[in-house]
Amino acid sequence: MADRINITIDGEKVNVDGGLTVLQAARRSGFHIPTLCDDDRLKPYGGCRLCLVSIEGIPRPVTACTTPVTDGMVVETSNDHIERLRRTIVELLLSDHPNDCMTCDRAGDCTLQELAYFYGLRDNRFWGERRRYEDDDLNPFIKRDMEKCVLCGKCVRVCREVQGVGAIEISYRGFGAKVCPPYERDLNCEFCGQCVSLCPTGALSGKQWSGKGREKDVKKIKTVCPYCGCGCNLTLHVSRNEVIRVSSEPDTINEGWLCPKGRFGYEFIKSPDLLKSPLIRKNGKLEEVTWDEALKFVSEKLGSIKEKYGPDAIGGLSSARCTNEENYLFQKFIRAGIGTNNVDHCARL
Amino acid sequence: MPKAVDIRICMGTGGIAAGASAVLERFEEELSSTGVGASVRENCSRHNVGCRGFCARDVLVDVILDGERTTYQYIKPDMVQRIVEEHIVSGNPVEDWVVTDDYHNFHEKQVKVVLSDCGEVDPEDINSYKSRGGYKAVESVIGSKTPEDVIEMIKSSGLRGRGGAGFPTGLKWEFARKPESDQKYIICNADEGDPGAFMDRSIIEGNPHSVIEGMTIGAYCIGADKGYVYIRAEYPLAVKRLRIALEQAKEAGYLGENILGSGFSFNIKVKLGAGAFVCGEETALIASIEGQRGMPRAKPPFPAQQGLWGKPTVINNVETFSNVPYIVTKGPDWFSSFGTEKSKGTKVFALTGKIRNTGLIEVPMGMSLKEIIYDIGGGMERGEFKAVQTGGPSGGCIPKDMIDINVDFESLAKVGSIVGSGGMVVLDDTDCMVNIAKFFLEFTQRESCGKCTPCRVGTKRLLEILDRVTEGKGKSGDIELLLTLGQDIKDSSLCGLGQTAPNPILSTIKYFRDEYEAHINEKRCPAAVCKAMLTYTILEDACKGCTLCAKACPSDAISGEKKKPHVIDQGLCVKCGACFDTCKFKAVHKE
Amino acid sequence: MAGLATVFGSGAMSNSMPEIEDNDVLFVIGSNTKENHPIVALRMIKAIQKGAKMIVADPRKVPMVKFAHLWLQQRPGTDVALLNSIMHVIVKEDLIDKEFIKEHTEDFEEVVKAIEDYTPEKGEEITGVPAEKIVEAARIYAGSPNAGIFYTMGITQHSHGTENVFSIANLAMMTGNLGKASAGVNPLRGQNNVQGSTDMGCIPNNYPGYQKVDIKENHEKFEKAWEARLSENIGMTATEMIDSAMKGDLKAVYIMGENPAMSDPDIEHTKKALGKLDLLVVQDIFLTETAELADVVLPATTFASKDGTFTNTDRRVQRVRKAVTPAGEARDDAWIIKQISGLMGYEMKYDGSEDVFNEIGTVWPAFAGISYSRVESGMGVQWPCPSKDHPGTPFLFAGGFPRGKGRFTAVSYREPAEITDKEYPFALTTGRELFHYHTGTMTRRVKPLDEISPEAYVEIRPEDASELSVENGSLVNVSSRRGTIKLKARISDRPGRGVVFIPFHFKEAAANVLTNTATDPICKIPEFKVCAVKVEKG
Ligand SMILES: Cc1cc2nc3c(=O)[nH]c(=O)nc-3n(C[C@H](O)[C@H](O)[C@H](O)COP(=O)(O)O)c2cc1C
Repeated sequence: MADRINITIDGEKVNVDGGLTVLQAARRSGFHIPTLCDDDRLKPYGGCRLCLVSIEGIPRPVTACTTPVTDGMVVETSNDHIERLRRTIVELLLSDHPNDCMTCDRAGDCTLQELAYFYGLRDNRFWGERRRYEDDDLNPFIKRDMEKCVLCGKCVRVCREVQGVGAIEISYRGFGAKVCPPYERDLNCEFCGQCVSLCPTGALSGKQWSGKGREKDVKKIKTVCPYCGCGCNLTLHVSRNEVIRVSSEPDTINEGWLCPKGRFGYEFIKSPDLLKSPLIRKNGKLEEVTWDEALKFVSEKLGSIKEKYGPDAIGGLSSARCTNEENYLFQKFIRAGIGTNNVDHCARL
Repeated sequence: MPKAVDIRICMGTGGIAAGASAVLERFEEELSSTGVGASVRENCSRHNVGCRGFCARDVLVDVILDGERTTYQYIKPDMVQRIVEEHIVSGNPVEDWVVTDDYHNFHEKQVKVVLSDCGEVDPEDINSYKSRGGYKAVESVIGSKTPEDVIEMIKSSGLRGRGGAGFPTGLKWEFARKPESDQKYIICNADEGDPGAFMDRSIIEGNPHSVIEGMTIGAYCIGADKGYVYIRAEYPLAVKRLRIALEQAKEAGYLGENILGSGFSFNIKVKLGAGAFVCGEETALIASIEGQRGMPRAKPPFPAQQGLWGKPTVINNVETFSNVPYIVTKGPDWFSSFGTEKSKGTKVFALTGKIRNTGLIEVPMGMSLKEIIYDIGGGMERGEFKAVQTGGPSGGCIPKDMIDINVDFESLAKVGSIVGSGGMVVLDDTDCMVNIAKFFLEFTQRESCGKCTPCRVGTKRLLEILDRVTEGKGKSGDIELLLTLGQDIKDSSLCGLGQTAPNPILSTIKYFRDEYEAHINEKRCPAAVCKAMLTYTILEDACKGCTLCAKACPSDAISGEKKKPHVIDQGLCVKCGACFDTCKFKAVHKE
Repeated sequence: MAGLATVFGSGAMSNSMPEIEDNDVLFVIGSNTKENHPIVALRMIKAIQKGAKMIVADPRKVPMVKFAHLWLQQRPGTDVALLNSIMHVIVKEDLIDKEFIKEHTEDFEEVVKAIEDYTPEKGEEITGVPAEKIVEAARIYAGSPNAGIFYTMGITQHSHGTENVFSIANLAMMTGNLGKASAGVNPLRGQNNVQGSTDMGCIPNNYPGYQKVDIKENHEKFEKAWEARLSENIGMTATEMIDSAMKGDLKAVYIMGENPAMSDPDIEHTKKALGKLDLLVVQDIFLTETAELADVVLPATTFASKDGTFTNTDRRVQRVRKAVTPAGEARDDAWIIKQISGLMGYEMKYDGSEDVFNEIGTVWPAFAGISYSRVESGMGVQWPCPSKDHPGTPFLFAGGFPRGKGRFTAVSYREPAEITDKEYPFALTTGRELFHYHTGTMTRRVKPLDEISPEAYVEIRPEDASELSVENGSLVNVSSRRGTIKLKARISDRPGRGVVFIPFHFKEAAANVLTNTATDPICKIPEFKVCAVKVEKG
């Protein structure tokens, strides 16, 4: 950790960690600076240019995300000149954007939309050619709508820096620059969807999310992933009693990163195959019964076996996928309710 | 018969394109068949030499008999026999082919430092370089002077980077020397992406050892043991000669382990660039060497602090490095005796456009534009002088009434242009300034790496506006839009490409706003260049009815009986100008 | 985890996930981290970017090898030999941490004796890993201040799995890589709450919190707490239960959320045993292969309809929250257990899951300081956390080991229970892949996951495949002494020569038809990771 230093932001003196960038320092001190390409978990990029700020002694505006703080630095996060530049940048982005927020899955949860709103950009001085791309449908998890891409490069960077894969790159030049896998074919994508989670617009989204509900009608519930032992925190997006999307927050043990199972493997929650009723085998076939009947059957049968053969003729196998509370109750039931230590789980398997 | 015959044939890319190899071959044949080669063998060398600037006159051949030099221009293989017979054997130079006065004028006002050995030494022979004092600088420095002393020397010479930004070289080296690091790097930037520029290529083709020597001294100063020359793959000859030179330098002990027994080691690798303009930008170039897409990153940190693989790195231009050995051997005072107070030394320019003598020139910093154009360049080729564009796509225009301006970093910057890497295009009254701006913008727009928004989308929008202006669809307010958007792009772009891309537009609007206004308000191109706004008509009085124009017309827009005045159907005319060019009677009028 | 518990007195990851970033050395052995613990792998990648070195020891060229500085491709089942010869070099080159050994451990001399023969050359002979690489690994591992070992089932699922774990513990102790941050011995848990179910006492010999059932005070304590008479005998493990059922001794099994008819080794054997029971109760969310055999099936709810906590691989207790109401009549597991228990005369009355959680803290001191309000955030709390003001424990053994001194345990290499021969020339190893989980009950019901990885396959090296004239994608029969499955060949340079790999997610070609029931004598983990098979064109 670097030493703490004093800087001035918008006239206010603040004391910050000397190892930060101007953007980090401003955010942690409660100042808002707009940005599309920054994420604290990635290396500074300086691509979108929205976080331009004025720093005393530096003749031209600099990007807050790439500039380290120095002691005594005097920063201005906003002034007429900077706001003019930011506005032009957003306007340029919108001049090359479908602007179809009415049908976009990300409406209400889109940084570009937010910026357009903030700068009141209904008209545009720069209308001109728009990039046009065919929809590609090669990736079963990730929907790409590259006409909405603002080239912030977060997807490219997270894939390389965090995931260690580098499945996508910025290809082509100039106005035609485009994020795509080499040769436009998914070669080594691991489908983790880290890219999707960072996309500030509707360019990358989950195939499964499409048309299921938008930001304003979802309830977000935080829980923990049901798969491997990493214990990643999931945020379930619920609409009409259905999980329609899974995301994760950066301030978690998994830093917001997930794997394909965690991020996209939630469909089973509403699978038609889910058991919906207790079953008892009658004449060799499992048949639907009421809870009363099932519970009565089980308890009586266990009771009579215990009676006849003793508690050690009964065993219980618990689950590494059930909660602590359930596991606790299960072994308590086997030990105290049945009276045997024949209880195990599948840790070995 | 002469005692010593030395024949030097210009074998730069320009020379070779003009047929220099065949010329050389013929010399070898002729000399051996006439027996001259045999009789004067020891002193007869037929060097390949690099470019000496005047490419328009290629193939240039020097014949030096007993120290007396005669230079021939426009030489073709079938002319060789006569030169050998009449001049070398009989002692009578072939006057018809000898260069004219303007050739001498072209050279007279130039001051050659980095080009002083180009055209003199054989670039594929280290001994040729050494015989002219080559590697003396390295020998005098390594082991005898401290790196600090050498840095001090470069600083006091006033040498500034020749790659565009003009940053003081000694200071840059000092920055890179300071940080402690297990590894440092030296990079020579030979990407040379400006359209029309070929200064760096010529230096490497003509005298690669000077660059190697400069890099070695730089490495010694900052404490680097690895270097790279990042050179575009489109320069095969330069790459070949560079590789040969590196090999020879290593063999001679000027590169490699334990150079000259000093304990200092330095190796240079050649890295081929794919020819993206932006890869000439230093941070993009570093990314490219690291195997990533060539995209610039924000500075600071500067390469001198964190460059290649995160290590302190000095990156300099070819010409910058090439100056170094001359500064070391001849002294910083000698170097700083050329130039102005803040811009020392000389600068190489690629002089092109509507001027008589086009080619590569080296002049002291601060020479007036007028001298360059009229004394060295020989004045205008045909039309009337209108402006000079300097600095390529990052630069701007200097109009006629500023022709007395001194060409140095400060003076050009003051009027909204730059020295840049050394492009200098002379424009006349047949050049449309809007079109010139559009030409450069097409280039920068295409070459933008796409990383930052203002450059990626902004230059595209600028170009779209210019497109409509030149197509006669300009709207009122377009000039203001160009100015504001251009300024915003300059202020907000990530790297030098975007920060300077609007310059050609801004400076042409500044000095030639009336041309823009004519395009927009009157739908007229004053220089009669912008096709969409041209009308070709046939002047009835002048037309002889020769039918040539009708034959040349690709769209059958011209009709008329033989020997009677013809007419152009404006509805069919595609404005290609073929009629204008073919008419022998100036009967086609363009407006 | 019995192995670690024997050595240290506690069996869990000694360190935590965030610390991984600051390791100087990561020694990953028998763990396909990138596919099976993808998020742990990201921390490892970050560590490497910060300058850490990684050694990967794995018979397969697992994706992590791409990031490794050194890859040791040992033959399946030869881990002890590999580790012993690494230790041999460490001792010989005097790279041990004498101070730590003296202060915190016992029986070091025995290990020194046991590894004396394991020269790198001998190591090479047994494991197939070149001697120089063994030496290099030893120098990398022992030559830096903070080295962590990471392993999973590739170490434990062997008939000598506990010995493997002992070896790992020996290595960490002799270099002093315990009791500090960013080092340690780190078993990565395969399922989301394996740690929790072990912690909660779902093991035959322990009450919640690793309190042994055969120690009198424990027994008394729990009888008092639960107000019931408890058995004093250690119970049966899962594999023992199956054997007992086969013999006809065990009469009833109540299975909650498990699928042994798919995940057990030699599943034909398991199915037969389960068929012999008088009563098989299966409580699950789907009609699994095991549920199909049941007498009673009880519909439980998915994690998305539950409140409670999970404990992840680094002992981190985190909150699970109900998001959707379940379909049909499905009920959460706790409700079902409480109902049955009540009907059998043992009332369990709780006011929601939090009430249960708080009771756990009363019987297990390491949980006492944790409460729902403390695990609200996305970082949870790591046990041990004995009191409300205790911050939780990122890494274990800071002041020494729970059992006093860490015990060195001398182990020698033994061959796997089943080795290859003329008839069964290939060593089969099984495992997971990135896109599926366990027996596939959940992931195979997720369309895109199933699209990406729709069917079973056997990975085989190109050289081996061409000898058998097997082409990529063609059908082959893979057989062991226990059975045969038919599946597609995937030609790949991941496995070594003579090794084949099959993921166990696919019921159409269940890998566990082939695997061996031989189990580790201490831990009772079956030998999933190596058995002998033959491969024939199908
Ligand atoms: C778009 C762009 C292209 C550039 N291309 C070149 C080039 O081709 N050659 C070069 O020497 N410098 C080029 N530069 C300048 C380099 O970034 C850098 O300033 C230079 O190599 C430093 O060397 P110097 O100090 O010797 O001039 C370019 C800069 C920009 C912004």
